[in-house]
Amino acid sequence: MQTALARFASNRLALAGAAVLLGLIALVALTPLLYPGDPFALVGPALQPPGGQFLLGTDTLGRDVAAEIAYGARTSLIIGLSATGAAILLGTLIGGLAGYYRGGVEVALMRLTEFFQTIPAFVLAILIVAILSPSLFSEVVAIAAVSWPGIARLVRGEFVALGGREFVLACDGLGAGDARIVFRHMLPNCTSAIIAVGTLLIGTAVLIEAGLAFLGLGDPNVMSWGLIISSGRAVLRSAWWICAFPGLAILLTVLAINLVGDGLNEVLNPRLRER
Amino acid sequence: MSDAVLEIEKLTITLPPGADRPNAVTDLDLVLRPGAVTCLIGESGSGKSMVARAILGLLPGPRVRVAGGRIQFEGADLAAITARQMRKVRGARIAMIFQEPMTALNPLHTIGRQIDEVLRIHTTLGRADRRARILALLASVHLPDPIRLLRSYPHQLSGGQRQRAMIAMALALSPRLLIADEPTTALDVTTQAQILSLIRDLQREHGTSVLFITHDFGVVADIADTVAVLQKGVLVEQGPKASVLGAPKHPYTRALIAAVPKLVPPPRRAASTAPLVVEAKQVEKTYGARGLFGSRVTRALDGVDVLLRRGETLGLVGESGSGKSTLARAITRLMPVDGGEILLAGHSVAELSRRQMRPHRRRVQMVFQDPYGSLDPRQRVVDIVAEGPIIHGTEPGIARVQACEMLALVGLDPSAAQRFPHEFSGGQRQRIGIARALAMKPEILVADEPVSALDVSVQAQVLALLADIKARLHLSMLFVTHDLRVALQVCDRIAVMRSGQVVEVAPTAEIFFAPKHPYTEALFAAVPGAQWQEPIPA
Repeated sequence: MQTALARFASNRLALAGAAVLLGLIALVALTPLLYPGDPFALVGPALQPPGGQFLLGTDTLGRDVAAEIAYGARTSLIIGLSATGAAILLGTLIGGLAGYYRGGVEVALMRLTEFFQTIPAFVLAILIVAILSPSLFSEVVAIAAVSWPGIARLVRGEFVALGGREFVLACDGLGAGDARIVFRHMLPNCTSAIIAVGTLLIGTAVLIEAGLAFLGLGDPNVMSWGLIISSGRAVLRSAWWICAFPGLAILLTVLAINLVGDGLNEVLNPRLRER
Repeated sequence: MSDAVLEIEKLTITLPPGADRPNAVTDLDLVLRPGAVTCLIGESGSGKSMVARAILGLLPGPRVRVAGGRIQFEGADLAAITARQMRKVRGARIAMIFQEPMTALNPLHTIGRQIDEVLRIHTTLGRADRRARILALLASVHLPDPIRLLRSYPHQLSGGQRQRAMIAMALALSPRLLIADEPTTALDVTTQAQILSLIRDLQREHGTSVLFITHDFGVVADIADTVAVLQKGVLVEQGPKASVLGAPKHPYTRALIAAVPKLVPPPRRAASTAPLVVEAKQVEKTYGARGLFGSRVTRALDGVDVLLRRGETLGLVGESGSGKSTLARAITRLMPVDGGEILLAGHSVAELSRRQMRPHRRRVQMVFQDPYGSLDPRQRVVDIVAEGPIIHGTEPGIARVQACEMLALVGLDPSAAQRFPHEFSGGQRQRIGIARALAMKPEILVADEPVSALDVSVQAQVLALLADIKARLHLSMLFVTHDLRVALQVCDRIAVMRSGQVVEVAPTAEIFFAPKHPYTEALFAAVPGAQWQEPIPA
């Protein structure tokens, strides 16, 4: 584990990504102190350019863009983490069942997985949110529903490979039950791969969340980066800062998450480790 | 010294920092003469393959590289010439054959095309001449039906045929030097004997000098003219075969030779009348591959009968694909069987479900072949060994204490308990695997090729451990192996398997001195170094 950390640290891009993410987490933690008020509150004249009384200017209604971005970061992180967590749980369950039991179970579950993969992810997410009515919860459900197939395929592959290994056979020979083999032996041996791929999923989740909010399918009572951009798009030419700063926030966050994910993947994925 | 084909002087190959030693090979001097087979023998990690790679400039640089010395070949120093010059030497003047012919051949090209490519690059022959040459080559390595083989792909050939094709390709340009890196290690014993005699014949015919790299003293005894022994990158002894094998001077050579199991059966013992612990009757297992284009069925076990008495060791020998490992897994119920009956100490287990089988798991435990794959890399050794008893209801604390006792029993230090499998060598891991099996206090131990992945000196230690434990705990053992030397050493009776059937079962001495089945006879005749008797009394 220590060598893995050292190898991760030797990857400068991944380190830079980790630094950006730490900054983002610090921002989220300090938000209540920095911007104690409601981000939806009208605090000044509309369309103030950045650099004046308000660091990043104000939007069309006179709300502080900096405060909006800080609260939006919280939303992005909450949805990104919980949707990815849910996707990992579901994907591991489905992939694990398919990879462990093989046969008919595998055929049925993997065809189901492929069914989900054939529908464009964003369209499916829009559909689910539209059906469930926009809220934080329905966004999490929608993003998890479009993210789990990748994890399921990964876990199934790992389980199929592990199932042929002699130490799993040896465990079977000791009389171990399915639960013991799966939870004590197979899952611990594929956690690193799941962590690596899961990290990359967080970035996708942040993007989908911003997209949904942009289309007005986010929770109307919760500030979100997509929502800010959506409200500023009409005045894009006269008040560039309303769209530019949340856009930059999305770009930096997703980039940082992907850099960290790639770094973890390189360190934890046994197939890439040889390089 | 001018008649030497290749002269290696003071060759030193460095390893990257952090390896177990600074140099893969240190100050190696070796002279290869025309028309002679030089065997370079050593255990895994001795640097023997590095020497071969250095000669052909194939070291995995830049951190593994020749740091000093010269490799003199046809007036040039191979350690110093450019990559372009090296390409002219490689293949044309020095050819190489590898251990695994399947990976050395391109699976997408036909055999004919691959040999043709060699000729096209290095000669100016026309198409028809090349074709005639290839057919002659394929015939010279005794491949059947060369014309059909021209159009065959590597996967359509057996392992032995692929190795023959590799040899044909290597000899296509009549090289002066042929380097063979463990060319028969992946082959069955009868195929190995054929390939060895083929290399010997071709080498005599063409006067080629051969550098033969191997870990097997039996192979050395069969093929070598001169022998060089490598220990951790240092050449400890070299000389003519008769003197190295007959009167080894260096203690390392002596230890290696002493560790080779002797090709002599144990003294005859009265037939055991102890109660039966394993009765397998008419066991059937077929592997089916049902696809879109009809089904292909392999009969892995075709009505096999096997009896094992208490305290006895039964050897299951045979070549790959004979069904011996399938039988071992059928008896331990690690795979379901399609028919027949398996009785463990009188209890029929063939039809039991996994859950019903669980109480019977204690009776029979398995030791696996691969010491790297059979231990969970994420578990501490003590947990690996204690897992079985814990599953069967022993209190975890007590199971761990007993696990430590088991580790002591198999000769491991108590400090081993808290470590992870990757911190151990192959032989030590195999001991952990044995401890795991013994922790269940089984009546029957099924060992599936437990020593074939180990170096000969480690193999001797593990075999001694198995024999000692078997005697102390009154175990019955089913010992699966492809190595007849090992089988003779450890087994009371031997069952010879071929294509899913047992062709002969007899006490070890009987099967050695008077084999009844022609296949048994062929197997014993093919054991490498069968004629060679070790000079050192055991």
